[in-house]
Amino acid sequence: MSLLEVRDLRAGYGMVEVLFGLDIDVDEGELVVVLGANGSGKTTTLRAISGMVSATGSVTYKGQEVLGKRPDQLLGMGMSHVPQGRGTINALSVVDNLRVGGISRKDSEVDSDVELWLERFPRLGERRDQLAGSMSGGEQQMLAIARAFMSKPEFLLLDEPSLGLAPLVTREVFDRLRDVTADTSTSVLLVEQNANLALQFAARGYVLEAGEIVMSGPAEELQGDEAIQKAYLGI
Amino acid sequence: MRPSRKRIWGSDAKSLSGRGPPVNNFLEILVVGIGNGATYAMLGLGLVVIYRSTGLLNFASGELAMFSTFIVWTFWNLGFPMWLAILGGMLGGFLIGVLVHKVAVSPLGDPHERPLAVVIVTIGLFLGLNGAAQLIWGTVDKRLDPWFGVSQITVGGVAIAWQKIGAVVVLFVMVLLLWALFKFTKVGLSMRAVASNSESSALCGVSVQNMLMLGWGMAAGIGTLAGVFSAPNLGLGTNLMQLTLVFGFAAIVLGGFDSILGAVVGGFVVGILSSVVPQYITVFEKMPLAPAFILILAVLLFRPQGLFGSKDVARV
Repeated sequence: MSLLEVRDLRAGYGMVEVLFGLDIDVDEGELVVVLGANGSGKTTTLRAISGMVSATGSVTYKGQEVLGKRPDQLLGMGMSHVPQGRGTINALSVVDNLRVGGISRKDSEVDSDVELWLERFPRLGERRDQLAGSMSGGEQQMLAIARAFMSKPEFLLLDEPSLGLAPLVTREVFDRLRDVTADTSTSVLLVEQNANLALQFAARGYVLEAGEIVMSGPAEELQGDEAIQKAYLGI
Repeated sequence: MRPSRKRIWGSDAKSLSGRGPPVNNFLEILVVGIGNGATYAMLGLGLVVIYRSTGLLNFASGELAMFSTFIVWTFWNLGFPMWLAILGGMLGGFLIGVLVHKVAVSPLGDPHERPLAVVIVTIGLFLGLNGAAQLIWGTVDKRLDPWFGVSQITVGGVAIAWQKIGAVVVLFVMVLLLWALFKFTKVGLSMRAVASNSESSALCGVSVQNMLMLGWGMAAGIGTLAGVFSAPNLGLGTNLMQLTLVFGFAAIVLGGFDSILGAVVGGFVVGILSSVVPQYITVFEKMPLAPAFILILAVLLFRPQGLFGSKDVARV
């Protein structure tokens, strides 16, 4: 059984439909990517899964129907969402951002976990008391990811971490992401525009076009596909 | 003679001569300014708390304070000791703040997305609370005794009312409590997070609406104290806090909208300025609010974030 099973997911904003019945699966420990151009519905897909926009269809997480649950309820079930545009809390320091990430936890190890994540992301450790809003884009993205991990998630929704980052920085973010998801055996559903990079890290991929899945398969297969190469890889 | 607000604002033969009053009188005016400043700072603190949790200015905070001061008066008038009456008023203010948020503010959704709608609601509340207070308590001013009595001590020839000293002490106790709340507690951290980025905070599991509700309640509870210290001087009527609100705004503009320290420093500066300036520049005697307005204007022009406020840091 998959960790996440999305069936016939439909969502939109007001009268405008954005998603036209998506089927997506994520297995335990898997990193799955949804590729798509601007406006194809990537962000809406994640927002529908985590209950930030209303949707129809079915989202089963750990065998339980979760469509219609609020983000904080899902957080309690181990699902954490890193929003597009990083979503760092600009007026708070790096440390305070991490503490907010752990705010839903009841255990007493939040503070020691903050230190742990500052070690795992040394660039954050160097800036622990700096306001998040004054950091570089790559640092903010790392902070957003580290903050999501503070809730001890089993499953991470990650919205376009490459957005607005230089290629080298994007690669660094992905490298770190791969390390920490492997260390913590966290499953990830990633939406990305940067197909080239994302497919190197993901196990499987879906291609989203105008709100519909037009192709899916193992990452190597998608990498080799001619249509994908033309549309996303610029080859 | 105890310096009264009337004497400082009204025309006075000495200051009409164009030269300043004698030194002793100056010190007394300074003391009055500090006492008033503590009141402005208290109201300013309420504004800062609302701003910190919602990112908005609350135009109704003066009227909330007035309303809960009437609650204090009601308890006191029934024979409760003053401190208990004040506690009751603060609790009442807190509950009204919570109710206001539940009924009038939260149905509008996230204030960070519709700031103008919420600001207009606070203006509506201003009128509504004023009308409600008139209905309940009438239009005749009530008398509320000073919490710390009418006695005074004389230091170096300057008479200082205990009420003024009390105001400053109460202010500092409140500042200490607020500072500790925001600095050391989970609730304080959540409130700061919601003020800066409510969507991300919600994704981290912070209950945004609860934090906003708490912000409204706390601000209204704190405002009560500003009312309690204003009422003995000004008379407890429904327009009790209207001038004070302008001074409170001036205080947080000067200190910075999001700074607790700023509200305190700003409150004292505004309090001292608006008692001292009219003594030397006679044109201000008839316009007690003018120094505050000029200060607001100057700060917004030259240092919009105020003395201690944080600049909005965002990288785009």
